Amino acid sequence: MTRTDPLDVPRPHAQLHFGVFFQGVNHWTIWSAPDSGSQIDPASFRRVAQTAERGLFDAFFLGEGLRLREVDGRIHDLDVAGRPDAVTQLAALAAVTRRIGLVSTSNSTFNEPADLARRLSGLDLLSEGRAGWNVVTTDNAWTGANFRRGGYLDHADRYRRAEEFLAVARALWDGWEDGAVAGSADATAWSAPGAVHRVRHRGPQFDVDLAPTLPRSAQGHPVIFQAGDSGEGRDFAARNADVIFSAHGSDFDDALAFAEDIRRRLRAAGRPEDDLRILPGTEIIIGATEEEAEEKKRWIRLQQVTPATALGIAGLLWGIDLSGRDADGPLPKEDPVVAENDGSFGARRVTDARTVVAEWRARAEAHGWSLRETVIALGPQRGHVGTPSGLADKFARFVRHGAVDGFNVTPYLIPDGLDDIVDLLVPELQERGLYPTEYAGTTLREHLGLREPLTHRSAPERQAG
Amino acid sequence: MSGPALHLAVEIDGDGAHPAAWRRAAHAPDRLLSPRRVAGLATTAENAGFTLITLDDGVLPPGTAADPVGRIGAVERAAFVAASTSTIGIAPVVAVTYAEPFHVSGQLASLDHISAGRAGWVVAQEEHPDAARAWGRPLVADADARARESRDGVQVVRALWDSWEDDAVVRSVATSRYLDRERLYYIDFTGDTYAVKGPAIVPRPPQGQLVVLGRPAEVPAGQLDVALVEGRDLASVGAAATAAAAPRVFAEVEVALDTPDASAAERVADLERHAPWTDRGRLRHIGPAAQLVSLLGELSRYVDGVRLRPLVLDEDLPVLSRLVLPALSERRLVARPLPGTSLRSTLGLERPANRFAAAAVQEETR
Repeated sequence: MTRTDPLDVPRPHAQLHFGVFFQGVNHWTIWSAPDSGSQIDPASFRRVAQTAERGLFDAFFLGEGLRLREVDGRIHDLDVAGRPDAVTQLAALAAVTRRIGLVSTSNSTFNEPADLARRLSGLDLLSEGRAGWNVVTTDNAWTGANFRRGGYLDHADRYRRAEEFLAVARALWDGWEDGAVAGSADATAWSAPGAVHRVRHRGPQFDVDLAPTLPRSAQGHPVIFQAGDSGEGRDFAARNADVIFSAHGSDFDDALAFAEDIRRRLRAAGRPEDDLRILPGTEIIIGATEEEAEEKKRWIRLQQVTPATALGIAGLLWGIDLSGRDADGPLPKEDPVVAENDGSFGARRVTDARTVVAEWRARAEAHGWSLRETVIALGPQRGHVGTPSGLADKFARFVRHGAVDGFNVTPYLIPDGLDDIVDLLVPELQERGLYPTEYAGTTLREHLGLREPLTHRSAPERQAG
Repeated sequence: MSGPALHLAVEIDGDGAHPAAWRRAAHAPDRLLSPRRVAGLATTAENAGFTLITLDDGVLPPGTAADPVGRIGAVERAAFVAASTSTIGIAPVVAVTYAEPFHVSGQLASLDHISAGRAGWVVAQEEHPDAARAWGRPLVADADARARESRDGVQVVRALWDSWEDDAVVRSVATSRYLDRERLYYIDFTGDTYAVKGPAIVPRPPQGQLVVLGRPAEVPAGQLDVALVEGRDLASVGAAATAAAAPRVFAEVEVALDTPDASAAERVADLERHAPWTDRGRLRHIGPAAQLVSLLGELSRYVDGVRLRPLVLDEDLPVLSRLVLPALSERRLVARPLPGTSLRSTLGLERPANRFAAAAVQEETR
């Protein structure tokens, strides 16, 4: 890109939004360094959330997995694992933070609206309007083995259930009229007669009849996040979500293409283009110089991709158990025995293993890479590496061209992994007018600059924004 | 019996035990759901020297009134309270009549991590048929079926707490292993109505097993750490305590105390104008603090602890705090929890060995 007038961009005044994703799984979290902290101690969560709040982050974000990961039928033992229930942990964080949003990843397949909507509502009230729900779906029987209904849901129905779930949840969240709660002890009842509306819903997924138990929060109801990347997932987001937690934030062209696609889907769903925030999950590695940042990245990758992890990832690509081989030696001589893998365990989903392996061989030979170096160099390239000022310039381009609205930062170290970003990068961004200098309000919806919940708008408002 | 000193628990759901308690609360009705109020009550109870607070819950709104009182979920309140306190035990009510035991186990284990080992669980049942309609699940129709769901639910929840050994996270740089998978267990539970595979997604709770409380009629004695018993008089409480085969027994006592502004009887009468205080067959004390002190002294001969259910929290908790607990403390009749102590330790309960680890060791030595 040639440098032009900084104001000659589609969004000359856009600012970045940051969230932080405390991952709790995957090999991207380094557990072997001297300052690798606990993945379950409440102090780790408090430290990350309070650092993020110091850096004026919009949201603190927790993931969820409903079954411990396995590879080849055995529990996957190479990565961090063992994390708290998201809503429960966030309710605790509500007590030790004041402004930051608290977003729970919760599954619409293995929950029921009466329970989950109420838990999120409680979080929203305890945090005075800072709750968010990242709606995720699953359909597999493997996860279902931990639940009463087992693997009951067809793959094709997973987003249908999510959408119906969300509709019931919103009805519950909207079930109390504003001002329904008694103003004084002399009132007729605690909630005004007739002001709490039962929710009766009968659909393919849910047949329920219940009285909502809680009034609206300071932000109306929880902010809806969505993270699925499939076409169905994107359409679901365009119809329902306030924020997309995407996987398209490292390469500018890729990010912009994704954002354009989402805006197209938003228009098709009858929503204004600026009704949704796009926050890709992103690793950010900072050094005082470009060289230092690259050196740091090299160290980080070696911690993340241990010899066993490299053999595991390559093993999935080849379809061969490579454990016991030398990860710091050359690539396996055999040809891959599988055509495609399932994309699990941090490996890139491939549909033609032979071609990929041929490419790996060629590149490894040309550079003299070991298997581990090859896995690092040719695995998913994620995130941004640079100096605070270099990154600030880069992010200006991303946000002001509308490729992203910000980033959901995935720290490689817990609990100190945000310190550089908050202490070094945020001030650079603020100096350029690219980042707020104070919270916009008290609720997550306000931090993100969102309109009121979709269900609170009149029809014309919904169209015009 | 653990000794002569009583452990005192207090139920802090809503504004008090009376359905109209909100009318005498010291705050505007909508502040009931504010974080400041939720944390404030818990710190008051902690400072007073209570061993435990319990938080009632259910999928249906509390009470029977057509126009409901709002209630934040007990697990969420408990987590918020845990992060706002340092010493007191915290036990949310959670029913497993319809809920997913896998979720309940993880939520409660998380609460134990958050509170550094101060968590308990009051096992309850969803009795009303409306609960099935709210959940959208087939009706669990009668007492036997509910008891089955409780039994299976508690078994699954407890097994999942043991599905990680305490030291399953090994962080072995030499072998690149974060976990030792030999220290993780599939629970492979199969009951009458469902099956659960495991292991848990949350590491073993700091206490190993949370303190499980419940009514003997609803939960098998072998699954309980603390039996909650009730009776209208000392003799029937004593009989129920003897019959309960749990390691610890707590009696349920409803209290309305004289305050500087009004007698207990006047306060009850004031609220009875709006709604009845349903008799649930529990000991009920309406009167001066000194008489409650005597009653609790008597009770200490029969039970290890008492759960108090105050008429109006904002009115009765201060009297409990200023008069009742100090008087009991003076006579060494009340046990105050010490900072840094788990709820199990406070109650004199052992930290249980891991059932799966013990079995694995046996297997090895065979």
